[in-house]
Amino acid sequence: MFVEMLPAIAFYILAATAVGMAFMVIASRNPVHSVVFLIGTFLASAGLFVLMGAEFLALLLIMVYVGAVAVLFMFVVMMLDVDFVEMKQGFLQYLPIGGVVACILLAEMILVGAASLVNPGAGVKFAEDGTSNIEAIGNVLYTEYAFFFEAVGLILLLAMVGAIVLTLRKRDGVKTQNISEQIARTREGGVELVDIKPGEGIGS
Amino acid sequence: MQEFSFGQLSFLAGELVLALSVGELLLIGIFVSKYGASIVRYASIAVLLIFAFSGFILNGTGSAFNGAFISDDFSHYVKALIGVTAAITLWFSRDWLKRENLDQYEYSILMIFAVLGMGIMVSSGNLLTMYVGLEMQALALYVMAAFNRDSLRASEAGLKYFVLGALSSGMLLYGMSLIYGFTGTLSFAQIAIVLSGQESVNMGIVAGLVFMLAGLAFKISAAPFHMWTPDVYEGAPTPVTAFFAGAPKLAALALITRLITGPFGEISQSWVQVLVVLAVMSMIIGAFGALMQTNIKRLMGYSSIANMGYALVALAAGGIAGVSGMLIFMSIYLVTVVGVFAAIMQMRTRDGALEGIADLAGLSKSNLPLSLVMTALMFSLAGIPFFMGFFGKWFALTPAFEAGLTWLVVVALLASVVGAFYYLRIIKTIWFDDQAHTFVKAPRSLTLISSASALLLFPILLLPFVTAPARALIEAAAASLF
Repeated sequence: MFVEMLPAIAFYILAATAVGMAFMVIASRNPVHSVVFLIGTFLASAGLFVLMGAEFLALLLIMVYVGAVAVLFMFVVMMLDVDFVEMKQGFLQYLPIGGVVACILLAEMILVGAASLVNPGAGVKFAEDGTSNIEAIGNVLYTEYAFFFEAVGLILLLAMVGAIVLTLRKRDGVKTQNISEQIARTREGGVELVDIKPGEGIGS
Repeated sequence: MQEFSFGQLSFLAGELVLALSVGELLLIGIFVSKYGASIVRYASIAVLLIFAFSGFILNGTGSAFNGAFISDDFSHYVKALIGVTAAITLWFSRDWLKRENLDQYEYSILMIFAVLGMGIMVSSGNLLTMYVGLEMQALALYVMAAFNRDSLRASEAGLKYFVLGALSSGMLLYGMSLIYGFTGTLSFAQIAIVLSGQESVNMGIVAGLVFMLAGLAFKISAAPFHMWTPDVYEGAPTPVTAFFAGAPKLAALALITRLITGPFGEISQSWVQVLVVLAVMSMIIGAFGALMQTNIKRLMGYSSIANMGYALVALAAGGIAGVSGMLIFMSIYLVTVVGVFAAIMQMRTRDGALEGIADLAGLSKSNLPLSLVMTALMFSLAGIPFFMGFFGKWFALTPAFEAGLTWLVVVALLASVVGAFYYLRIIKTIWFDDQAHTFVKAPRSLTLISSASALLLFPILLLPFVTAPARALIEAAAASLF
């Protein structure tokens, strides 16, 4: 009985966590906490994808959003003027809450794993002939959707150009290494022979 | 599923030229240090012109990638206008960028990216194509708005545009996901088939359609999604504002046209009201918002809000007449707006560029040619009879009148009377006020473009050997959608 209800229980816990964490993203006063809650939201949503049998999307969500976007947000937040000394003072005070969050995440992972073990056939079927959904995506991504794939590649190039336009500054007086110049140095250019008279030194 | 063949690539020849040249031009810009910016600029102008006319030269009609990319008379005509406008704005931005120490090759690259995105938008036959094109042009425009990164106002304009643009993309995506959820397909043709099979329109589809139109209304700065326009127009560098006012608006309008004639052509009762509300609010806010402006770029921002309202009136009428009315109106509007900004960029004293309306005072005493050009452009924008602007409004409003939207036409006429006040105020400042400044001699490209644009607005174009082929092109473009 309990085993059959496991997917449903997992879903409700994950969904509630996702919504609760999303609420905390906007409710918490500290921007760093907001980003941590955001990561929690992404993890919970990834769990929901696993429940639906879309394990590729779940991994993508973790890699792209938790791995890249959230870290980027963290950098931006760090640039903001946050008083970290004041924040650290409350570390012990917040430890129980952090522990609870960690436990919830752990429980989620266990439940998701258990649910998929108990009922491996559950979830959305992407293809009739038993290809996994990663294969199914791969089959159409570079064929049917090749145009969009290339166009999105161009958008990425545009984003790079734009980021460089807006941030790169040419500075004068920067000492850069010129390797070919270093290799092309000869003994004549680099060594100066000085005839020093005894007792006088080279000081001027 | 349609088989892929390399022959299909000829439909997107113009886009391919743009995409491939971006890579080459980036390399030229990086490695040619001295004249890099100039070489890239002239090469980009050439590439944009090739893009503009590739559709007419190859003249291929059909679709590629399972109908995701459509090439027809409509896309050819709109792309020609977009390409030529972009090439002209790129050409006349040279002098301004040089004087403001902004002459970087990336400007031309961003312009090509924006036009590439617009090309994809105009040709889209699929919700994904549409979104990819829209984002590509929007990203390029965000960066261009903030191109003068040392200016606080330009950075503010870029950031504002970006944040509100992201919001509108969110609405658009939400609408698209609703449409996808309720029809089960991304393709415009399939959506049309699904919708024509339904007896009553599902509320989810209507909600999705409204969200999509709201997202697109942001891109054409139709009220109530116009709040970014005056600030971005004022903050962005003037040549960038000139570009914003023309090509992107036409591309987004073309996309709206494609949506309401293609996938949602069957359920016109659902979108006509939306377009009417957008049109009425844009015309009123555009007309009254501009009254108190003192900065001419802000004024042009409000003016473009009002003009988008007139274009939406034509679209709300629907049918071939409505689409061709929109195309005629937008063609004339693009000619005018390019000229107006070429004239605004000539407002420069030794101390730098000026943007106030008061700075134009007494221009007729110091610079008669520019005053005449400005006067013609403003008369045309105000819709004084026998300037082309009058005929633009005529063709935009007639289909709505014939479709029974009489009250909408009355609102449009009242709004254009209010609008005429602030255009005439500029003319009054130029001719009857005491002289404020003496402008420095303008570069030839600017005087040439502003004079050419003003001359085009005189009814020379009414001569049958110009009007007939242009009308034929526009009629064919509009007819290809139905």
